[in-house]
Amino acid sequence: MSAPAMGTSKTAPNDGSHKKKKGPGTLATAYLVIYNVVMTAGWLVIAVGLVRAYLTRGSYHGLYYSIEKPLKFFQTGALLEILHCAVGIVPSSVVLTGFQVLSRVFLTWAVTHSVREVQSEDSVLLFVVAWTITEIIRYSFYTFSLLNHLPYLIKWARYTFFIVLYPMGVTGELLTIYAALPYVQKTGLYSVTLPNKYNFSFDYYTFLILTMVSYIPLFPQLYFHMLRQRKKVLGHMEEYTKVE
Amino acid sequence: MKQVEILDTETKEQLCFLDKVEPHSTISDIKGLFHKSYPRRYPARQALTLHPQGNLLKDDEVLQNLPGGTTAKLYFRDLGPQLGWTMVFLSEYVGPLLIYLLFYFRVPYIYTPKYTFTSSPHPVVSLACACHSFHYIKRLVETIFVHRFSHGTLPLRTMLRNCVYYWGFSAWLAYYINHPLYTPPSYGERQIKYALFIFMLCEAGNFSIHYSLNSLLGEGPKCRRFPHPSKNPFTWLFFFVSCPNYTYEVGVWVSFSIMTQCVPVALFTLLGFVQMTIWAKGKHKAYTREFKDYPALRMPILPFIP
Repeated sequence: MSAPAMGTSKTAPNDGSHKKKKGPGTLATAYLVIYNVVMTAGWLVIAVGLVRAYLTRGSYHGLYYSIEKPLKFFQTGALLEILHCAVGIVPSSVVLTGFQVLSRVFLTWAVTHSVREVQSEDSVLLFVVAWTITEIIRYSFYTFSLLNHLPYLIKWARYTFFIVLYPMGVTGELLTIYAALPYVQKTGLYSVTLPNKYNFSFDYYTFLILTMVSYIPLFPQLYFHMLRQRKKVLGHMEEYTKVE
Repeated sequence: MKQVEILDTETKEQLCFLDKVEPHSTISDIKGLFHKSYPRRYPARQALTLHPQGNLLKDDEVLQNLPGGTTAKLYFRDLGPQLGWTMVFLSEYVGPLLIYLLFYFRVPYIYTPKYTFTSSPHPVVSLACACHSFHYIKRLVETIFVHRFSHGTLPLRTMLRNCVYYWGFSAWLAYYINHPLYTPPSYGERQIKYALFIFMLCEAGNFSIHYSLNSLLGEGPKCRRFPHPSKNPFTWLFFFVSCPNYTYEVGVWVSFSIMTQCVPVALFTLLGFVQMTIWAKGKHKAYTREFKDYPALRMPILPFIP
């Protein structure tokens, strides 16, 4: 459940109100700025890679292969964000961030990487594009927020693009998992059967189906949460001018 | 004579106005009076505070000690349906006991039809069933006869969550232990015997601790003491840990994991250990804060491990 990542931190309007937010120390802020800049750059590389590959080949098919390595690198790098929450330099819930990042990493490695046959599916392109646009906006949002110079455009984009990108990403993810099912069943990928001396079994095929089912309760909750956040953050448009 | 005004925490509207309340009435009495006007809101689900965001007032607080003039203003919040601790523990424990037995007797629709109502050729499977059942029967007996609970109730939601956890896990581990394709432990008889011995020791230890904690609280809430080792050797673990009941409980499940050599059991043990460590650390902190003469050697749950 991961398409455009949710806004768990920095959702309160930082509009120069009287409450002075106690942020991370100077060193931590510098580190976070570097981290977010690097991530923005990384996802821009992926975006550029996708566009170039499309222009060169002239078709949508198989674009995954052209950005496979940076996608894996930067999406996996997001695991650091869990650490940031655990250490306290980012005021988000470890559990929520962990859940989001791990679901992305799961899709990248345990589905797309592991089941070669789905890599040429168009559904992969669907979620990769959704993730790319979301992450570019999200990481630039964090960068500018940390520097206390957040352009309204970025804030608006962050809280508006998800309306389309989130369902788009979820659709891509679900279709990809669905496409992987027959191959997982045929090869018994990541599955353990009885009997064995540890008396344990795991059916990856069933696990994937359960994962797909879990989107049903989770996606609406996350989506409506983002919609509520949007109203809260952008709803003050009439009251303030666009100067941050 | 005082008057008490009770307002809703969210809407701030007046829910109840109590006339002619004795100044030495307690919060408990006021809750009783509120209950008369709102029969569905029994005292256990009432949360009364002095301010909308304030701390919960304890049941034994006396009205005249609270700030305010002749009219005391209290804020009410509904805690939701509550269950008595006895009820909670009984449902949490009866579930695993019965569910495990369903798997042991291989009730239809769990395993393939040819195995329905058959029994396993491995003696360890019957032993495991006996141990598991003994564990939960002992807990039920303790809940009814031994345990004295400190707080009154638990919210319904928490209880449901706990039940899902206990019942679900016992179903999962029972499924594998009683499975037709179950593989007995690698080191055979010896592994099973040693594990059983440790299991029984830890059960005896756990019971001893519950019994000694019970006699501690038996002298009433005013007498605050922390537990001490007694003549019973099992209680000597008190020299080393604050919560030996949890230590023994972990021991029970570790030995059961070894006895059955089953990953789901080991996982349940691990999760239980994590949760009990959190509880033990909380209790340990409370003890050290309250008693200046608390033994420095004692650690929360594992000897010598802070």
